[in-house]
Amino acid sequence: MNNKILIVGGGIAGMETARQLKALGLNPVIVEKSSSLGGHVAQWHCLFPDMTPSRKVLEPYDEALKDVEILLETEISSINRLQKDYSVVLSNGRTLNCSAVVFATGFRLFEAERKEEYGYGIYDHVITNKDLEAWFNTRSDERVPAKPSAIGFVHCVGSRDLKAGNTQCSKVCCITAIKQAIELKEQFPNSEIYCFYMDLRLFGKKYEDFYINAQRDFGIHFIRGRVSEVCETIDGRVQVKAEDTLVGKPVKVKLDLLVLMSGIVCNKENQALAHSVQMPVDDDGFFRSKDNIISITEADRAGLFYAGTCTGPKTVPETVAEARSAALNVYNYLKGRK
Amino acid sequence: MDFGFGLTPSSAIELDALDNGLFEKLCRIEPGARTCIACGCCTATCTASGYSGMSVRKLLLDLQRGRNQEVEQMLSHCMLCGKCTMVCPRGINTRRVILTVCRLYDNVEGEL
Ligand SMILES: Cc1cc2nc3c(=O)[nH]c(=O)nc-3n(C[C@H](O)[C@H](O)[C@H](O)COP(=O)(O)OP(=O)(O)OC[C@H]3O[C@@H](n4cnc5c(N)ncnc54)[C@H](O)[C@@H]3O)c2cc1C
Ligand code: SF4
Ligand code: SF4
Ligand code: SF4
Repeated sequence: MNNKILIVGGGIAGMETARQLKALGLNPVIVEKSSSLGGHVAQWHCLFPDMTPSRKVLEPYDEALKDVEILLETEISSINRLQKDYSVVLSNGRTLNCSAVVFATGFRLFEAERKEEYGYGIYDHVITNKDLEAWFNTRSDERVPAKPSAIGFVHCVGSRDLKAGNTQCSKVCCITAIKQAIELKEQFPNSEIYCFYMDLRLFGKKYEDFYINAQRDFGIHFIRGRVSEVCETIDGRVQVKAEDTLVGKPVKVKLDLLVLMSGIVCNKENQALAHSVQMPVDDDGFFRSKDNIISITEADRAGLFYAGTCTGPKTVPETVAEARSAALNVYNYLKGRK
Repeated sequence: MDFGFGLTPSSAIELDALDNGLFEKLCRIEPGARTCIACGCCTATCTASGYSGMSVRKLLLDLQRGRNQEVEQMLSHCMLCGKCTMVCPRGINTRRVILTVCRLYDNVEGEL
């Protein structure tokens, strides 16, 4: 038996899968297209619901993965199914023979400029959730004013939106908006902060407490209405239009900073790879699991597995749990094959 | 004899005694009407809403709750400009919904 397991993608899903496979005595190889591991988590400043610095979550992997083969700036050129194994050709010309392949290719953040009515890339003070995490890390972004008196968050940007081609809910952006709103309020205590939402989806442990804190301790305003359009005022501020659907009246507000909660969408570029091994893709563009209850981390093809957000929006703890489950699936698959 | 007081009828919506036949007729012609998530984009972007209370969101809800009178009053304020259709995240053809409801009030069913 060849114990080499290919892991495509070195985000937290791929890293955790590799760690577990190693512990199970197998031989994982991570292929990551960018120049470092960590995926999206490496870009975030700190994580809900405990404000844990991302750095702290990722650091232990340095040690855990020190004996794992990691190929950075490498992509998959082709995968072919042999009788039992998979033959994988990499972009550096190397060929690997692997017993199983775990897809941990993650997600793409919705490109906010596609929702032109929100003015990203057009107006001076419109940024995304990702830009704000970067600002928390670097404190430098000329779009963020020194003393904002009013800040807005737009939920569901590119999610739950038929016209943007994404009907799914991104799951993490309601709680991310609350986290970021609290962080901004701590930074700018004199500013008024508004969250424009359609539904608040706060399903996880401690999320509802986070929401209560945001209301009670930080005085963040929650307005139930989707932002319909944004324009720039003569003095360079942004004006937002929505309906306060609970009051039943249109509302307008002028802001110094507007944060768009870009959604989690599928990584389209990986669909060709999926097709090449006859791995099915769902209507939403994410990879399709064998079923959505007990075999989420398995594809309907022998030897192909999934971990993390390549099958749909997920939080970090969910992603990590799936990575462990995928590693166990691989282990059992190989045991059964002997 | 007038004692200076009367009974105020209850304004509660009795769901089990509801007549939402008009909404069901609308949905046969415009099935998308059922997918409204009451986000309010249509109302926020409508030029008439701030002055007249025109709101596709309210119209759809009122129809579902059998409040047909409220809807009839509201319809007269729409200018059929179609801005609401441009912003609806569910892709509902709200302008056509309005036209369809008008036709239904006039008892003309079928293709528009
Ligand atoms: C704004 C925002 C804030 C968030 N904050 C939190 C939070 O506070 N707490 C929390 O629990 N969750 C949070 N999340 C969710 C979290 O980001 C995800 O759960 C996590 O990133 C999923 O990890 P992943 O490994 O599945 O995917 P990713 O992080 O997307 O990693 C995928 C990796 O695969 C690589 N890759 C893709 N395709 C290929 C290929 N063909 N070949 C080689 N490599 C490839 C990519 O370069 C990337 O490194 C947040 C999400 C967003 C959008
Ligand atoms: S998590 Fe919240 S903001 Fe994100 S898509 Fe779902 S409802 Fe919208
Ligand atoms: S079509 Fe009617 S309801 Fe829609 S935006 Fe125009 S005036 Fe408002
Ligand atoms: S914009 Fe569409 S989904 Fe939103 S309230 Fe109006 S009709 Fe309903």
